[in-house]
Amino acid sequence: MSTMRNLTFDAIIIGGGGSGLRAALELAKSGKKTAVLSKVFPTRSHTVSAQGGITCAIASADPNDDWRWHMYDTVKGGDYIADQDAAEYLCSEGPKAVFELEHMGLPFSRFDNGRIYQRPFGGQSKDFGKGGQAARTCAAADRTGHALLHTLYQNNLKNNTVFLDEWYAIDLVKNANGDVVGCIALCIETGEIVHVKSKATVLATGGAGRIYASTTNALINTGDGIGMALRAGFPMQDMEMWQFHPTGIYGAGTLVTEGCRGEGGYLINKDGERFMERYAPNAKDLAGRDVVARSMVMEVLEGRGCGENGDHVMLKLDHLGEEVLMKRLPGIVELSKTFAHVDPVKEPIPVTPTCHYMMGGIPTNVHGQAITQDGDGNDQIVNGLFACGEAACVSVHGANRLGGNSLLDLVVFGRAAGIYIDKALSEGIEYLDASASDIERATSRLARWNESSGGESVPELKAELQNTMQNAFGVFRQEDNMQEGVKKLAELRERIGQAHLGDKSDVFNTARVEALELDNLLEVAEATAIAALDRKESRGAHSRYDYPDRDDVNWLKHSLFHPGDKTVTKRDVNFTPKTVDTFEPKVRTY
Amino acid sequence: MVTNITNLGRSGLSDWLIQRVSAVVLALYALFVVAYLLFHPNLDYVTWSGLFSQTWMRIFSLLAFISMAAHAWVGLWTVSTDYLKHTGVRFAFQAVVILAIFVFLVWGVQVLWGA
Amino acid sequence: MSNLQVSVYRYNPETDSAPYMQEFQIDTQGRDLMVLNILTMIKDQDSSLAFRRSCREGVCGSDGMNMNGTNGLACITPLSDVVKDNKLVLRPLPGLPVMRDLVVDMGLFYKQYERMQPYLQNDTAAPAIERLQSPEERDKLDGLYECILCACCSTSCPSFWWNPDKFVGPAGLLQAYRFLADSRDNATQARLAELEDPFSLFRCRGIMNCVAVCPKGLNPTRAIGKIREMLLSNAT
Repeated sequence: MSTMRNLTFDAIIIGGGGSGLRAALELAKSGKKTAVLSKVFPTRSHTVSAQGGITCAIASADPNDDWRWHMYDTVKGGDYIADQDAAEYLCSEGPKAVFELEHMGLPFSRFDNGRIYQRPFGGQSKDFGKGGQAARTCAAADRTGHALLHTLYQNNLKNNTVFLDEWYAIDLVKNANGDVVGCIALCIETGEIVHVKSKATVLATGGAGRIYASTTNALINTGDGIGMALRAGFPMQDMEMWQFHPTGIYGAGTLVTEGCRGEGGYLINKDGERFMERYAPNAKDLAGRDVVARSMVMEVLEGRGCGENGDHVMLKLDHLGEEVLMKRLPGIVELSKTFAHVDPVKEPIPVTPTCHYMMGGIPTNVHGQAITQDGDGNDQIVNGLFACGEAACVSVHGANRLGGNSLLDLVVFGRAAGIYIDKALSEGIEYLDASASDIERATSRLARWNESSGGESVPELKAELQNTMQNAFGVFRQEDNMQEGVKKLAELRERIGQAHLGDKSDVFNTARVEALELDNLLEVAEATAIAALDRKESRGAHSRYDYPDRDDVNWLKHSLFHPGDKTVTKRDVNFTPKTVDTFEPKVRTY
Repeated sequence: MVTNITNLGRSGLSDWLIQRVSAVVLALYALFVVAYLLFHPNLDYVTWSGLFSQTWMRIFSLLAFISMAAHAWVGLWTVSTDYLKHTGVRFAFQAVVILAIFVFLVWGVQVLWGA
Repeated sequence: MSNLQVSVYRYNPETDSAPYMQEFQIDTQGRDLMVLNILTMIKDQDSSLAFRRSCREGVCGSDGMNMNGTNGLACITPLSDVVKDNKLVLRPLPGLPVMRDLVVDMGLFYKQYERMQPYLQNDTAAPAIERLQSPEERDKLDGLYECILCACCSTSCPSFWWNPDKFVGPAGLLQAYRFLADSRDNATQARLAELEDPFSLFRCRGIMNCVAVCPKGLNPTRAIGKIREMLLSNAT
């Protein structure tokens, strides 16, 4: 390994999606030597698929809107295990971050007065839940993620950010003190392995929806950052919390935005009944996503599902009229025709709850600094390691994320991490250099795959892993199923450790990348499974048949999965926002 | 900015405009000649040279020749920069074309006013 | 009829002296799959096949390729749209250097995009809230901002094939107009000046292959015409 090339940056950002690009922009603007390392060209990142919008109290649809109402909704939506200081930061800093995006050129849709268009989304209220439905999601038609990602990429070009496009980060490099001092990366085009040295390493690698067989996530969402952090020995928070989006297109898994229901669409069962009126009499179809997803599964289980197998429900939009659909939801019309062979102007779209978002991730503070714990359970900052976006768990989403809060999370905490790193770099950071053995440790799994000479194939093992997660850790969970799932994952770990990489070529070897991704899927799946088995209650997206109720006495806590001994401990939730009163846990109804 | 020193107008916009305006002139001229031929089915040399002895016809014809020269230069320059990737070959081609256009233009003037 | 005959362009610079076409028989079980599904099925058999893919729903622009002679996105192209006589021929996007198999080097394409300075330029002080824009002004961006940079258009354009270093190509020009048309941008003169030479914009000959292949239904030729109008009214 002595011939390995070094690249040195002030900050390396792994991941070219919304949060990574926002962090990079902050650093590039202040002249720090910043590189974004992304396994795909940045505008191919999964942020591009976000549709409905970015939720933020910019007081456009309602001039009296208040970020505190948004914060209340966020905390309630997260079933009270969102950290309230973080939710406070998200919602109060949000307007600044959204206006910045507009100034950068994001083509938001507009109201007649020229201000940014906002639409209603699930879980939104005025006056702390007492003032009815709010309209707080800023939108660029139904292509907000696309518009946001392209805008951020364009502004990084403007500010001369260095891009390592189609490079794949393999593992973090830690020095003798346990500080993160960079990563080992693979240039996909040439196959070269490079040691990227940096004083700040930001994991902005997004989600890992591909641990499930059915997901709205892009094929690239394999939890690479989570896998790297777990292998480096860092804990993961709230990994049992996976959001199932109510409206994935049946069969294809592609997303249909919640904005459809925000614009007035609703779900119907096989009798044509608007069933959400029974489950959430006030918010109806705009209840929290976890609530709607569970209601849909209940309808199917009780025999009111649609289709030959009665295994899905329908999203009705035709009553909105062609003009509204073409103006506000043109992308949905297109997707429905392509993937459901249905024209929503005329017929309802078949939909089913589909894995969508990872609320858990690398625990961080509001500055994006990764957190671990010492032997006595005290929080400790990991030097040199940062995380933002879906890979991070700040935590603002708690046990269930509200629609439109993800894009806000990306830009607010991407920006926050950038600001913090910029300041820290200016003040000066010095870490011990990595030794040869530190570097060798970070290349060991690549060496394992490169030396493999036989064993099972990657696609088969991946499919088995995805089916295991789908069957045992879906919308509803129970002890025996999950026990079996955990056992199956342990067996898969053995087999993946022996699996075979058939193609050992250097130039654009996507088989090697997929093999390395499989390692990460396994790490994420295992953390999810063990954390889910551990949490003996139902909260937010984590619903158990055997523990159907929320248990605030024992479980008003974050879970923390420790990769070393594969144990789960509890971590306190923050209930002390700086400028508002604490939102005390209440029964969550919509 | 791409630099170009051998194209006609030094700007894509003026080349584009020259191409369109010269095309209109050539179309009008062609229409006129075709119509003239149709209205004179038994055309003889005297009538034909009579037409070209009138000053307005000579000016119209000269305008058409100049348009033809400009149109051809813009068009062939474009073709040469599309397909001839070797600089020497492209330069030689352009030189031949411009020489030919110059010769035809001078010759045309001589034909119009010489006889 | 469910056995589809698929012919795929293969080239690995490490081992192949020249590209070749490889034949595969794929059992579709009569389903009208997307072309990307077929590629995945082939890759499950032969892991060495290289192609790009990400969102698998037509918004990321990764899997632009040439399918039975027409450029498009593999993930949203159903077999019924392209397959003729039970045959499917898959090639990389034409006109760009091939790195491996169906993966092309998009460097020139991106370079032309970057040359258009594809970001909002406004040197007036930003207000405390958003810059206002009427719905009518915003409507002018529809059909422009949706571009996903898949390169299906530029790589189907003969003018781009001949001069990829000088002609911006339909994708870049669409972006140029997206900012020219934005009421919030005030770099109009500089943007137009960049396009006045004989190649950058004027090499468009109105062939309209770009319009025919755009998977998002956009119309770069129309945008190019609009820029030409702006240049003309600027100069006369």
